[in-house]
Amino acid sequence: MGKISVLIFNYYKINLLSMRDFSAHGEGADDNKRLISPDLDSMVDALRSVDRVHADRIVKESCNSDSPVLCLEKLIVPALEEIGRLWESGELALSQVYMSGRICEEIVDTMLPPKDPQRTSHPKIGIAVIEDHHTLGKRIVASVLRAGGYEITDYGHGISAADLAETVIRDKVKIMLISALMLPAALSIKEAAAMIKEQQPDTVIIVGGAPFSFDSMLWKDVGADAMGLSAIESLELVRRYTGEVKE
Amino acid sequence: MSEYMTPMQRTLKTMEFCEPDRVPLFLLLTMHGAKELGLSIKNYFSEPEYVAEGQVRLQKKFGSDCYFGFTYAALEAEAWGSDVIFIDNGPPNAGRPVIREPEDIEKIQVPEISECPCLQNTLSIVERLNKAADGNIPVISAAVSPFSLPVMQMGFEGYLDLIYSGSPLFDKLMKKNEQFCISWANALFDAGATAVAYFDPLASPDIIDSELFRRTGLLTAKRVISKVKGPMAMHLASGRALPAIGDISETGCTGVAVSAFDDLAAVKEACYGKITVMGNLNGVEMRRWTDDVAEAKVKEAISAAGHGGGFILTDNHGEIPYQVPDSVLYAIGKAVRKWGQYPLD
Repeated sequence: MGKISVLIFNYYKINLLSMRDFSAHGEGADDNKRLISPDLDSMVDALRSVDRVHADRIVKESCNSDSPVLCLEKLIVPALEEIGRLWESGELALSQVYMSGRICEEIVDTMLPPKDPQRTSHPKIGIAVIEDHHTLGKRIVASVLRAGGYEITDYGHGISAADLAETVIRDKVKIMLISALMLPAALSIKEAAAMIKEQQPDTVIIVGGAPFSFDSMLWKDVGADAMGLSAIESLELVRRYTGEVKE
Repeated sequence: MSEYMTPMQRTLKTMEFCEPDRVPLFLLLTMHGAKELGLSIKNYFSEPEYVAEGQVRLQKKFGSDCYFGFTYAALEAEAWGSDVIFIDNGPPNAGRPVIREPEDIEKIQVPEISECPCLQNTLSIVERLNKAADGNIPVISAAVSPFSLPVMQMGFEGYLDLIYSGSPLFDKLMKKNEQFCISWANALFDAGATAVAYFDPLASPDIIDSELFRRTGLLTAKRVISKVKGPMAMHLASGRALPAIGDISETGCTGVAVSAFDDLAAVKEACYGKITVMGNLNGVEMRRWTDDVAEAKVKEAISAAGHGGGFILTDNHGEIPYQVPDSVLYAIGKAVRKWGQYPLD
């Protein structure tokens, strides 16, 4: 029943087994007992209610405008992490995750504009939807990464494996996030990954999308380095890999 | 062991929450018929006789208990004027949306079914399958819900922005889509469909929060299903159903398709006596199943939901991927005949 399906939509269903190799959750972490400050609690409530005005007010009242990175670290990223956890536990819907990402992206863009040196001092990161034309997953991940302070190059959607590989190699992308909605598109990542790795073995390929959530072995089949089954997982992976890959 | 039944008798019996001779199996194969006929997917979908012939051959080959009179989900977006992009090894994608700005909602016209060649093709497929079935095999088709169709009409992001904006354009779009969906579903029944899936992935709490759904998509579903002349099954296309069963049971649907991520036994318990449960084999994973794995998965699903009827074994998405080999489909059919005979114990 094809297309819109899942986007089905289960783009973001966590699969803990598949994350063992590269989990961004630290050892000993206990998500259920995580301390939440009053500001963080209010921010999460504002985001899950899709209340832009309230979210903006919390940031203005809580953060020093001279320290945008501190605001990211202490308020916005933890709030998005909490939103991600609530989604993973089935307490929030994908639509709320999307809107949370949009709201945070807009807030961060005002505090830390694109091209700001504090945002761009990391290896080049790209994102694209291969073969498919449904862009919601890419949009959510890009929003969360930007809200996390990263500068992302969006290579669009419906891009073929060969064109994607050529672009990644040409632009010397160091971390490439590839989204796929349907199984044939996911399988085409194998061709792109092989071409990229041949020319740039250090480029990290992170995949995501519905087929990967329904088949926990698929990311290995296509030659990816990791899969991010939620936007927050993708952010955690990018944070990890930006510390490992060379610029 | 019960007396042998035709696929129609078997299906109707289970939908009455009684045990037929065995668990019905709906193999929802949309593209495998192209392989049978040696055609490309695009060419296969171009002629109703190809799809009808493909369905008849596949039903005989794998022992499915239905014909699937359905081509691809982007069909309805195509009827509204969107592009469709065909690929060689998967279902066609909905391309450039017909609603590019929210204001376009005011301008778009509800398609006349009789004037859309793509819809007429599907009606012709259903008519041919109905004739071939001769009352012995259910002919299943599908209509995309008015609440989920905008994902293809205007893109998912634009649609979510519209829903959350509170704009009256949302209600205008629902009104137009409801008019179309009712006409389309009724046309499918007039052509001979036994049941029509109400394809509504956005009804899943995985996608839209339940409170928002109750104010929007649930009202739409109630309005549409009450005006359609035959049985409709809510299909969430891989989205989880269990948290929404209470809402879904209010829509008037007679069946619900369940995700591979759902607890099948829990869904069955919540639905029993009210809604037939359909599910929940994992189609994506299926492409690399061995015979033993296929048998184990079938056995597990039947064990969870087969008792007392009210259950149809099928995949969790409403379409088995083109990459799933015949060997797996044979193994599933064999396992149903081995483990699905009533009484189960």
